Amino acid sequence: MAALRGLPWPAKVYLVAVIGAAFGLLGRSVASGGFASLDWPTLLVLALLFLVCESMPTLLSVRQTAVSVSFSAALAAVVLVGPEGAALVGMTAVLSVHPGLPPLKRLFNGSQFAICGYVAGWVYLELLDGGSGVPGVSGPDFAEVIVPFAGAAAVFVPLNFVLIALVLVTTGQADQVPLRGLAQFLVSYLGYATFGLLIAGLWATVSSISAVLVLVPLFVARWAFGQYLAQQRSYDATIAALCQAVETKDYYTRGHCTRVSLASGMIAEEIGMGPERLRAIRYAGMLHDVGKLGVPTKVLQKEGPLTEEEFAAIQLHPMRGLEIVRGIDFLDEAFAGIMHHHERVDGRGYPMGLAGDEIPEFARIIAVADAFDAMTSDRSYRNARSVEVATAELRKGAGTQFDPAMVGAFARALERDGWEPTRRTAPPPEGAAETTKDHDDPTAPIQVVSER
Amino acid sequence: MSSTAVPVTRGFRRLDSGQLLLISVAGLVAVAGVAHTAVAGLVQPEVAIGFGALIAAGELARLTMPGNREVAPIGAAAALGYTLLLDVGVTPAGHPALQVVAVLTVGMAAGTLPHLAVGRPPQLDAMSRRLVTGSLLAFAYRPLAGSLHAATEGSGEAEGSWTPALVVMVLLTLATLLVDVVLAAVLRAEQVRAAFGVAVHDELRMAAPLGVAVAASGVLLALASHSMDMAALLVFAAPLLVTQVAFRKYAGIRATYLQTVRALSQATEVAGYVEPGHSRRVSRLSVAAGRELGMAEPELLELEYAALMHDIGQLSLRDPIPGGATVHVGGEQARRIAELGAEVIRQTGVLERVAEIVRRQCDPCAEMPPLASRIIKVANAYDDLVGGSTDRDRAGAAMERLRLGSGGEYDPAVVDAVALVVGRLGHR
Repeated sequence: MAALRGLPWPAKVYLVAVIGAAFGLLGRSVASGGFASLDWPTLLVLALLFLVCESMPTLLSVRQTAVSVSFSAALAAVVLVGPEGAALVGMTAVLSVHPGLPPLKRLFNGSQFAICGYVAGWVYLELLDGGSGVPGVSGPDFAEVIVPFAGAAAVFVPLNFVLIALVLVTTGQADQVPLRGLAQFLVSYLGYATFGLLIAGLWATVSSISAVLVLVPLFVARWAFGQYLAQQRSYDATIAALCQAVETKDYYTRGHCTRVSLASGMIAEEIGMGPERLRAIRYAGMLHDVGKLGVPTKVLQKEGPLTEEEFAAIQLHPMRGLEIVRGIDFLDEAFAGIMHHHERVDGRGYPMGLAGDEIPEFARIIAVADAFDAMTSDRSYRNARSVEVATAELRKGAGTQFDPAMVGAFARALERDGWEPTRRTAPPPEGAAETTKDHDDPTAPIQVVSER
Repeated sequence: MSSTAVPVTRGFRRLDSGQLLLISVAGLVAVAGVAHTAVAGLVQPEVAIGFGALIAAGELARLTMPGNREVAPIGAAAALGYTLLLDVGVTPAGHPALQVVAVLTVGMAAGTLPHLAVGRPPQLDAMSRRLVTGSLLAFAYRPLAGSLHAATEGSGEAEGSWTPALVVMVLLTLATLLVDVVLAAVLRAEQVRAAFGVAVHDELRMAAPLGVAVAASGVLLALASHSMDMAALLVFAAPLLVTQVAFRKYAGIRATYLQTVRALSQATEVAGYVEPGHSRRVSRLSVAAGRELGMAEPELLELEYAALMHDIGQLSLRDPIPGGATVHVGGEQARRIAELGAEVIRQTGVLERVAEIVRRQCDPCAEMPPLASRIIKVANAYDDLVGGSTDRDRAGAAMERLRLGSGGEYDPAVVDAVALVVGRLGHR
């Protein structure tokens, strides 16, 4: 047990206790003759099923919590082969195909599944009719097993969760306990419990084929989720690369879109936006400046103050951006964010001169992220400012240019997570287009001369 | 009333003969089913209503897969389950095939009504296909249902077995899936003018995963009704719901992806590098020509991306090319734009093949660039010469110029395909 040596002592005690308890349960079952009445062929098929599922952790969960389809098989075992059988089925997790998983972890995994299976099986029998014999499902008395089954699932899930969470706590990884995703975790468990019930319910009719029938749609779903995730990643990479190409006429604004997207996401997360809006604002942050493309390069690169006409051309860029991205199926809020990201809370921004709460939430967030990145990046006329200076500037502008709530949220997020996007140090290449002003930079406002 | 009649007739004019035939067949079958059931009365009405409700829910939750393919997996599985049903609890299911058709029709109609109410008309051909294939299976399977059920009960001494029923269910379901794929391919081939063989392949690849999930769920539902009664309907919907959610997300991101590439490829136009609408026209022409040349759907998608972004390298230039027409600039310059564009696309890290297509879009035919590159080269040259104009003579002159240049520069087969497509688009 070399793996034990690196662990703190509470973890050692805990692991040994769980493994010991599991083997104690199995030993007791042997002693009391619980295995004698087992339906071995059924148990073998279930164990195989459990093993296959356990070897393929599902993609359905966001975090790496080990939610896998194996839960369905374990619960089906509870119904079909009773507590002793369920414990044995759970124990087979020891053999699951996870290359590189240390033996100790395997042993613990198998043990905790065995304990959960045994306890759930016991609860199931108690609820069924005071614990008599190994049950099965057949014919019309199906309705009678639903309540005991729900009870077994209701015990299995928290027990499983606590046993795993305690490992993380005792090994000092308590911050990894997936409390945030707990709701989703429970919902997916509820789904898997249903599948377990289906397998058990069909066993009487077509035995092991029922498992195949139940699992086929699940595996197809997982495949589709895999495709979806791959497509999503591919999409994110593509939109970032294209934005870069599209908005970057200027060497110094390289990576601006990605960083604004990142910062907007940080603010949105801090103020508690849901996942769908969070994704939308990341895209909006990414695309907020594509309209700059419609501004003539000579205006962007002009030295000294701009004429009113030239400034008007710059002011048009949010509208141009909206025109370009309008055909994409985003949330409407994302469009509003792109359109209004240069409004100011005091009403002196463009293109519409909206003030205060009239400015869409997305736009207020992007405005802060946009200005922050402009300040913390190198410009041809100055070097990058530090995060502290930039945050102080944001605070100075809070209430006039920026929404104080968003500035506050961003400051909190920065304090917690820091800010270290990739910063280039190489000097701009020979002949690269340069901009002498940045319309996003609040510390270097654009000078406009009146022609009148 | 007259104002609504106009779009309807226009809608029908867009339908191909194959679609019209399918819709009429579906209509006839539906009328026969409903009429027969109305006269003969419903057998086991509570079962019919339960399944009908699930079919309606599935129709309500239908989704559109990539390639504008409308599917209703939950509805299809419910229909399959009702067709294959042998018994509910201990009562044998005695509904005839025509009743299956009636339940299907009514369920689908009920599920479509809310969509119609919010102004989303159904794809009539897709609905008809669902109804026709569902009915086919019903006519093939229902007559056997009685004897199959008897086999599960067993007679006298012999113990009943579900194996024969299961085998028949699986075989007939698979056969129906195949028929469905062939039907879809016939319609598709006619609609987008793809070769039939390629269309079958495309449909099979599209339909296989979802089809297998639906088939398994349908069989499951029929079997589950034996031991679980009508509770099966509720429990069973869970796995398919998960599948449906996954596919919906997948289809959603696929659509957004294409929209985004389309939107951002306009950037060259907004910035004044190329004429307005150039990328869209080149991509439309390229995809049509590619289909004419027998490319399958995944290749066509890459071709579409590459065609949309073929000019993106121009963004790296300091000054726009006059008029943006790359056909007029020197070969060296055009080649550099292609290289720059490919570099941009390679930055994504995922569109390797698209980058390669864009990189080689200027290579003369003799150097054997990928087919997609050769197509883009011709389509791009054509659009540079003709632009958005629909003038027949100008189009003819441009085709003539491409043909003359096609000695080593353009692929003659591609030029022919583009000429064909241009001629067809001109007629519309």
